[in-house]
This record gives sequence, C-alpha cells and structure tokens, in this order.
Amino acid sequence: MTQSGKNNIQKEGLKAPIIRIGVVHWIKANLFNGVFNSILTIVTLFLLYKVIPPFARWAFIDSLWFSSAEQCRAGSGACWSIIPANIRFILFGFYPHELHWRPFVAMIMLIGLLLYSKNRNHWNRSFGYIWIAGLSIMGILMKGGLFGLTPVDSDQWGGLPLTLMLSFFGMFAAYPLGVLLALGRRSQMPAVKTICILYIELIRGVPLISLLFMSAVLFPLFFPEGVTVNKIIRAQAAIILFTAAYIAEVVRGGLQAITRGQYEAAESLGLNYVQKMRLIVLPQALKIVIPPSVGILISAFKDTSLVVIIALYDVLKTTKSVLASPSWMGFSPEAYLFVALIYFVCCYSMSNYSRRLEKELQT
Amino acid sequence: MKLSKLWLLVMAVVVALSGAAFAGQTLDNVKAKGFVQVGVNGELFGFGKPDEKGVWRGLDVDTGRAIAVAVFGDANKIKFIPLTAVQRFTALQSGEIDVLCRNATQTLGRDTELGLDFAQVNYYDGQGFLVPKKLKIKRAKKLDGATVCVLPGTTTELNVADYFRLHKMKMKPVVIENTAELAKAFFAGRCDVLTSDASQLAGTRAVAPKPDDYIILPDIISKEPLAPAVRHGDNQWKDIVTYAVLAMIEAEELGINSKNVDEQLKSANPIVQRFLGVSPGNGKALGLDEKWAYNIVKQVGNYGEIFERNVGKNTPLKLQRGLNALWKNGGLMYSPPFK
Amino acid sequence: MKKGNPVISTEDAAQRAAWINDPKIRAILYQIAVLGIVGLLGYYLFSNTVENLKRQSIATGFGFLNKEASFEIGESLIPYSAADKYIKALLVGALNTIKVAFIGIILTVCLGTFLGIARLSKNWLVSKLAAVYIEVMQDIPILLQLFFWYSFFYDILPSPREAIEPLNGVFMSNRGLVFAVPEWHPAHPYMAMAFVAGCIGVYFMRRWARKRQERTGQIFPVFTLSLGIMIGLPLTIWLLAGAPHKMNVPELVGFNFTGGLNMSPEFGALLIGLVLYTAAFVAEIVRAGIQAIGKGQTEAAMAIGLKPGQVLSLVILPQALRVIIPPLTSQMLNLTKNSSLAVAIGFPDFVSVASTTINQTGQAIEGISLIMVVYLCFSLLTSLFMNWYNKKMALVER
Repeated sequence: MTQSGKNNIQKEGLKAPIIRIGVVHWIKANLFNGVFNSILTIVTLFLLYKVIPPFARWAFIDSLWFSSAEQCRAGSGACWSIIPANIRFILFGFYPHELHWRPFVAMIMLIGLLLYSKNRNHWNRSFGYIWIAGLSIMGILMKGGLFGLTPVDSDQWGGLPLTLMLSFFGMFAAYPLGVLLALGRRSQMPAVKTICILYIELIRGVPLISLLFMSAVLFPLFFPEGVTVNKIIRAQAAIILFTAAYIAEVVRGGLQAITRGQYEAAESLGLNYVQKMRLIVLPQALKIVIPPSVGILISAFKDTSLVVIIALYDVLKTTKSVLASPSWMGFSPEAYLFVALIYFVCCYSMSNYSRRLEKELQT
Repeated sequence: MKLSKLWLLVMAVVVALSGAAFAGQTLDNVKAKGFVQVGVNGELFGFGKPDEKGVWRGLDVDTGRAIAVAVFGDANKIKFIPLTAVQRFTALQSGEIDVLCRNATQTLGRDTELGLDFAQVNYYDGQGFLVPKKLKIKRAKKLDGATVCVLPGTTTELNVADYFRLHKMKMKPVVIENTAELAKAFFAGRCDVLTSDASQLAGTRAVAPKPDDYIILPDIISKEPLAPAVRHGDNQWKDIVTYAVLAMIEAEELGINSKNVDEQLKSANPIVQRFLGVSPGNGKALGLDEKWAYNIVKQVGNYGEIFERNVGKNTPLKLQRGLNALWKNGGLMYSPPFK
Repeated sequence: MKKGNPVISTEDAAQRAAWINDPKIRAILYQIAVLGIVGLLGYYLFSNTVENLKRQSIATGFGFLNKEASFEIGESLIPYSAADKYIKALLVGALNTIKVAFIGIILTVCLGTFLGIARLSKNWLVSKLAAVYIEVMQDIPILLQLFFWYSFFYDILPSPREAIEPLNGVFMSNRGLVFAVPEWHPAHPYMAMAFVAGCIGVYFMRRWARKRQERTGQIFPVFTLSLGIMIGLPLTIWLLAGAPHKMNVPELVGFNFTGGLNMSPEFGALLIGLVLYTAAFVAEIVRAGIQAIGKGQTEAAMAIGLKPGQVLSLVILPQALRVIIPPLTSQMLNLTKNSSLAVAIGFPDFVSVASTTINQTGQAIEGISLIMVVYLCFSLLTSLFMNWYNKKMALVER
C-alpha cells in the first residue's frame, strides 16, 4: 500500500484521486501490491494462459454440438453431440418415451415449489399444505394410474427425477426420525439414550455404500418369505436411515443452543414433555438448524449418486450407460462435465441460498 | 403404545409397497402380478442393455421376453431389473426377480450351494484373451507378467487366476466393475490383455478405435455355458423357462421364424402342428396356453433371429454362430422333441 | 374396587395416580417399552433372516475366511497370491484402505491449508481462484469426480512404451507413475536411525530452547537448527558410507516397467479425487478458523515486534487450530469413508475385496458386517487420535 502510494505521488503528482478510483489503481491495489503478490499474480496469469485457451479451444471452437458419433471421432474438439443425442435417456432413464412430459412437468413443479419457498414470507401454516399438495401431484404425475394417466411403475423411474426423489424425499422422511433420535440422545433415560447414541454413531461411522450394499443384498433377507420390496424403495430406506443420523446431530446442536431457562420456564408452566418440546423447544431449535439442514440436503443430493454402485439408474448411471454403448464410447469427459454441471447448478443454488438464509436469520 | 401403532403403520406401508412372491408357486405368483420380473445385466451390449430410448435390447433380454410371452402371450408383460454381479443371485433368492437372464455361467457350485437351478443354456461361451497386435503375442502362454483387465466377481476372474497359476506365470489384474470402462481402459493401454468371454471380446474388439490393431488369441481357457437361472425347487417354473429357450431353438430347426409362422400354422407336418399348438397337448402339460410356442416365435423370433438381431453379423459385435449354431450345422444347440 | 366405599376408593385412586405419575416409574416404563420394541424388531428381523438363510440353504459363519481366495489382487503392501486365503485377501484390502486414507489425509491437510490461506490472500486473483475452486469442488459428487479422474488418467497419458519422462527416472504413463528409488545399501538403516535420533534430539532441544527463552528471553534459532540436525545427521552417515548413489531406475521390460516405485492409475485417481474434493472442505475450515481470530491479535503481535512468520506460528495458528481441529476430524473421517468408493474405479480397497468375496462365496451378511466393523474401527481410531491431539492443543490455552 505504502509503496504504491508513493509511486502514485511521484509519477502522477496531483492526479492521484482519479487513479485511486480507476481501474489501474484497483489492479495495483489488488494484484500488484508488493513484490510477492506481483510474482504470484504473474505466475497465476501464466498458468491460466496455459490452461484456459486450450480448454476453450477444445470445448467451444473445435467442438461439435449436433453431429453423429463418427463425425465426432474425426474431429479434435469436444463432442457435445453425445448430450443432445442421448439427453432423454440421461434425464429420464427408462420412463416410457412418449410419457416423458410427465416427469418433466413434475420436475418443473418441484423447481417452482423450491423457488416459491425461497421467500420466507411464504413460510406459514398453508405452506406445509402447499408442499404436500405439490408433492402428491408430482407423485401422481410420476406414478400415473389416476385421472386417466397410464400407470408407470417406480421400477421405470430413472435419471434426474430419481436423483431428486431419493434426495428430497430422503431428506423429508429422515427429518422426523432425526429429530426423534436427537431428542432421544438428549434424554434422561439411559436406555433410550444408549440406543440413540449407538444408532447415530454406528451409522456415522460407516460409509453410505455399506448401507446401500445392505439395502441391495441384505434387506430382502430381513423380510419374511414372500415379501419383496422394490429396489428403489430399499435404497431410499437406506438413504433415509443414513441421513437421519446426520440430521440428528445437527438437531442436537440446535437443542443444545436453547438455554436452560427455556426448558425450566416451560416446565414451570406445567407443560409435559411432549408439550414442552413441541411448543417451546423444537420451534426455536429447528429454526436455528435450518442453514445446516440445507447443508445436509446438499450432501444427501450428492450422495444419491452412490446408488450407481447398486445399479440404480440415477442421472450418473444413465450417463454411464450411454457411455457403454459402442458408438459413444470414449466421450466420457464431455458426458461427465455435463452431469457435473447439473449437480453444480443444483448444489450451488442451494448453498448460496443457505448462506443468505444464515445471514437473514442471524440479524 | 403410540410407537407400536407407528410400527404397525410402517409395516402396513411396507407390505403395501411390496409384492408377495411365494417360492414354489412362481407361475401362480407371476400370473397374479401380471408380469415377469427378469434380472438382466444392464451394461452388456448385445446381451442386456437399454438403447438410447430406454428400450431393453439383447440376447438375454429377448430370452426374458420369450418367457413373458410363454406365460402371458404378451412380450411387454415384463419388468427388467438391472443387477450388478454382486446382487444377481441374492435378487433371485429373495424373490425380487423371477428369473435371472444375466449372462450367468452355470457351475456346479452355483447350482448347489447358492440354491439356484440353471435352465437351458442360451449361449455357449468360453473365456479368451484380446491383445494388441503390436505386442506380437500369439499364444496365451506368453502372457507372463502381463497386466490383465478383468471384470471382478465373475468366474472369469477366477479362471484367469487359475490359468496363470497353472502355467506358473505372474499377472497383475486391473478390475473394473463396468464392461464399458474396462474396455476403455484396455484400448487406452491401461492393461496388456483383456480377458472375458469370447463373445464379449469380439464385441469389444468391434468397438475399438482401430479394430485391426487387436487380435483374439486362439486359446480358450474355460467353458462358459450361460443360462437363465431360477430358484431351486420350483420345477414347473424351471420347465417353463427351459422350454421357452428350447422353443426358439426348435423353431429355428423346424425353419419357423417370425415372418412365416402364420403360414406354418397350415403346415401338414405333425411335428410343426404339435409345436405351434395346432394339435394341442404341449401347452397343457406346461400349464400354459396352447399357443405359447407360436406366440414366442411370432413376437420374439426363433433363436437364429434373436442371435442375428442382437449379436450377429450385422451388429457391432459381428459374432459367428460357432458353438451356438444348431447341432445340424456343427454347433451345440439341440432341442429335445416337442411332444 | 368395591362400590359404596368412597374412602378407600379415593385413596386407592390417589395412590394409583401417584404411582402412574411418578416420573421415575414412568421413565422406567417408557424405557422398557422402547427396549421391548427395539428388541422385538431385532428379533423379527433376525428370525426372518435365519429362516430365509435356512430355506435358501445359504451357508453361514465365518468359515469361508480360511478357504482359498483364488483371485488375484492388483496391488498389495504385503506379498499375496491367488493361493492365499480369504482372510489374507481382506487384510490386503484393509491395508490398501489405510494406505490411501493415510496419504490422502496428509495431502488433504497440506492442500486444504494452502487453499484456505490463498482464499484469504490480499491478491484478488489468487483469492477468487481459490474461491471458485472451493465452490466447484464442493458442489460436484465425489463419485463423479473419481470417474472423471480415472478416465482422464488413462485417456490423456500414453502407454508405457511412449511414457513421458518429465524428470530423469520418473515415468508417467497410463500404467501409473513410476519413479526411481535409491538402490538398497547397508547404510540405509543407519541413516534411518540417525534421522530418528535427530528427531529425538530436536525434541529435547526445543524444550530446552523454550525454557531458556522463558528464563532469559533470548531466542534460540530453533527452526534452522532442527532442520540442520534432522537432515545433517543422516547426510553425514551417507557421506561416511561412501555416498552410495546407485539408483533403482525403472526399466521397460516386456510389458511393463520393472524396478522403481509404482503408483497405479487406480490409486492415483482415487488419491487425486479424494484429496481435491476433501481439500475444498478443509480450505473452508481453515479459512473460518483463521478468520475467527480477531484482527486485533495480528496487530497486537506485530506491535510487540514479532516477525510475520512468528505471528503465524506463535499467535494465530495455536488459536486457530483449536477452532479448526474438530471439523477437520470429521473431514478426515469423511475422506476415510469416501475411500470406499474405490470399488467404483477398481482400486482393491477393503470394500472392493469384500464385495468380490461376497460375490464368490455368496455370504453377504458376513461380508457386509466385516465392511461395517472395519470402517467403525477406522473411524474410532481416527477420532481417538484427533481427540488426543485436540486435548493436547487445548492445553495451550491455559
């Protein structure tokens, strides 16, 4: 700072104020303040120069967007054609081809609901009903069987709707379980407490993949002869059991943040345990844990990609399936970048929102 | 009390979501459900893989369709469930699927210890090696020290380990549980040799950037009879699966295909009449509609047709019939008489 | 409860009410109910499982561990062949998991700290680049990143015959990274011993230097001297032994490189993927930790005349570490658990070997229980170690 200030005075004399607010000053202050920073800037710029132009050339200049696989192999750039040629399978998997509008509409509805929920003014009593109504309409759209819609079995769900369902439904279903576990962990009753701690720590200690293996291979053995449960629902159950343990820890943090006075005040009013929790403690605790809960939703959303390993056709698996067909073999960077973009857009908007919310709730 | 009520509710939901599948009466159960659940590979081009519209294609898939046709007379009353190698046998044992058509090799151990029964072989395979020409290797015995690409958890993985041990050679396996990724790794030179069932090697070679750069070694180190599998102990269901496959073979031998099957109904040949159900008997014996074989040929085709459609000369796999030709043409496909 | 006897009836009712309302007794009842439900559920699942296993005649028990595995494993820290038993194959897998987790954690902490500091850099370009990196990496599933790196690894790099040699004795090909290591020499164990001795010496020297500083206020050049001792001692031994400099240089023999040390693409892709992903989270933790230390601390430290390096090592880090360590622990655990995704790209870690075992033996319950137990142990060990370290750091607080 002092150096650049001196330079300004020497070189520019009285014109300093213009320089101070100009682009040049900004560059000086932020990129070339001091020897070390200048070297850092130059090295970084050099590295960017080495990386970005070739990448841009590959991705945009030499690339093909709507060609056949053969044309792609002849070219040297990126072959984005793999995406438009297979987009419907990547996004919707085995859902009957002519009915693709239904998951499409359901997804649009979900995005609409999420956008609607962004505004906290909408969070009131009818808010829950709107969500329940929205989710049921989405369910009906996906499943069919009512209002003259052709029934589509959940076996045939795939692609992005499956990813969204596994993560969002997993989150919603895991929340009550997580709250129960958190309450249990903070309970005075040793047996309940032990069971909850055991459950939470056990689940948090093992990788999700072991639970998914369990859902794929062991769950069928747990049920009596003759009862079978759909693979997707089993994986969903594993994700719920897994997410609940993490939610429990987040909620526990919220419960711990409620001061003792609140508990005591509730007790002195003569409220029983359920009333105390439902009316006094949980409303405050759950409000505190909204931002970290969004964090859990993000990781649940990313973690659903693990169902690839048990051969469920989520959006990553459908992409890999496209890459397994002889004509499109070898264009994996393009396909993976596309899927990465989908995940990035979803997660980035969620985490951005969670950060904003955190600020709003703090003030 | 509240919790136990909740538990009852959960159980009710679980039961509502699940279908009942009682072992021993697979046929009744399938009929009650209204569709056959078939476990397939999902990634193996030519045997079981969805196309870009999400429609299942492949030899194993068509075998599954033939079973659905035999039971319901409708090739669409079927659900395909993609399974990984780890899941495939448990899925069958637990009743999640009714029949497994997932290029599974029939072995004594699987037939006994795993509680499975293998029905009629629908593809005779054998394990071989695919190598780049530039390595100048002509025989498998020269592969000492090679890095070998192999699918994990398969008989292939065990066979290749056995083979290298038998010939006192060293190997370094690279295992990837995805056929496409494995092939890609091989073409990129991640390994020196790719080992798999010969049918798959041909397919893999066909999709290579330059197929002529690779050769399949003449050594076949194992027998791999690939057959649909059913749960042990349900003989009626096993019969249906067995004869659904055999019907396609018999149809080819009789010269009946999906195009001429309607004319063949008028055939004076008593064998053909019995086969197509013009003179009844076979259907009742199996507990199926008398037209079951006719429907299979009409809707799915004979064995030659499904072979050519999925893996034959005009597909990227370009497989020869080889062992899978009819016995009359020097192959192993042989059907007992339909009477 | 007879009618027409009001006195007893009210007493009776009061007693009963008191009994049912006694919080202690209620608590016991609730606990019995919960235990009962959990027990019943457990029994229900257990009996179903036993019944199913019997009906499907699936073998049970851990007897399979002593059977011959008869499959090969790509890389192993201990000698292993297909003729070995399952238990040894599983051990190989567990060691591979430890290997990748250990190296991964060290690299992640280094890269994450670097990125966290870069994020706070006054250089706009560096700070923004770090921010973009952190955001992008956090928002893409680790599995997808692993797939990407693995395909990148063998798509970009050439085959061994056309291997790139960026440095003398280092070869990069789609078979992985091979580099030269010094050939075995009898002086090596002595060098190692000298290094250990140097470390012990340094430890005591630091204690002595701190005490001296507390007593006299004189600063002893600890860092330079420690470095000198730790490098100098082994170096002296090496020179005394006649400076053996023969290298075990990798050579292309037949199919592959022999000699040198090899890092396979599977291991490389897994390590790169895990490190790049987890480092983004660690960077955020480090940033938050440093930012949690008020600006006043830095200014005060500068005011009493500490050099920038001393400000960092004596004032900022000891305080920041206390904020950093607990979330860092959970990131380390995440890395260890995420290493189980190796199964998707073919690195023979514990899950990968165990799933092959399940597949060959058909004993899924045993296999999956093994996976869970092993990861629980890893998690427990890591958190025990980090708790110990956390306590040690917390002592600094006084």
